[in-house]
Amino acid sequence: MITGPDFLGLLRESGFDFFTGVPCSLVKSLIATLEERGGYIPETREDAAVGLAAGAYMAGKQPVVIMQNSGLGVCLNALASLSLIYHLPCLLLITWRGYQGKDAPEHLIMGDISPTLLETLGVPHRVLSAASVQDALRWAVETLKESSRPVALLLPPGVLQ
Amino acid sequence: MNLAEALTVIVPLLHDELVVHANGFISRESFNCSDRPGNFYMIGSMGLASSIALGVALNRPDRRVVIFDGDGNVLMNLGSLALIGATQPANLVHVVFDNEVYGSTGNQRTISAQVSLEEIARASGYQRVQRVDTVTALRTVAQEFLAKPGPSFLLIKIESDREERKIGRITHEPPQIAARFKNSCQLPVLSSQSKED
Repeated sequence: MITGPDFLGLLRESGFDFFTGVPCSLVKSLIATLEERGGYIPETREDAAVGLAAGAYMAGKQPVVIMQNSGLGVCLNALASLSLIYHLPCLLLITWRGYQGKDAPEHLIMGDISPTLLETLGVPHRVLSAASVQDALRWAVETLKESSRPVALLLPPGVLQ
Repeated sequence: MNLAEALTVIVPLLHDELVVHANGFISRESFNCSDRPGNFYMIGSMGLASSIALGVALNRPDRRVVIFDGDGNVLMNLGSLALIGATQPANLVHVVFDNEVYGSTGNQRTISAQVSLEEIARASGYQRVQRVDTVTALRTVAQEFLAKPGPSFLLIKIESDREERKIGRITHEPPQIAARFKNSCQLPVLSSQSKED
């Protein structure tokens, strides 16, 4: 398990400097750390967060959008008709509720299709594990630079403390 | 007043402002009126012009950022008005061209005839809120809103076009629109002297 402050430290070391999103209990410690240190913008919807990140990127920032995978459904059009076609990169940190079919009923379908949905949309992604956070971030930074489009890291339960 | 007439009043007042446009006729009419590298034309992602502009405004507090929005777009993302109220970007001017219809899809009605968007903006915490109905009023208020600290909300009631308009689409590709807007964001602020010209 990695702590919120350690995870934020790695994100910052990787160059990410603008954080917005809609919370999930799986990223409670990360958002608490961001709020303590200032600079987190709590958005009202995940598609608006993708829009906010697009603006932040054009203003010179490297944005991160934090959301639960339920929010992936909300922001599909923002990704398809804004970030992807205008080449506006951001890191999507998406918590994976419904992981391996074990969760409340409302999470099961989205949990089942989250990786496929990202593939269909054309958003490259990796699944985070406690041991692979640094590698995954290195991959994310390189892919963002090469593609100039959003990339996603899926965060299953039990990775972030 | 129609959209073209309203733009003819506002656009000549712009200098180095970064202007994020809502999709549909607002982008297209402004593009045909006067194309500027500091214009971001949103062709999809309806509702998000104000979110994109807020992302710029929060990170370039030294630059004035303007939103050319529509009533349908505002209604689709009312949470954005709340976030603008909560974050209080003094450099943000939210202009809404309100024709009470979805103009690009055949003039189906929105609900802005029943619900005052400017009252929602006021309740959300915008510092300066005004509704204008005439070109004369717009001329005075637009100048004031572009000069004074915000966040400001200027609602302009415009007539909808009764007949289908033949108006050109944006000819730039989306990555080109983003790249030149990003470059415009990096430019230094014009001196106050040149703003007086």
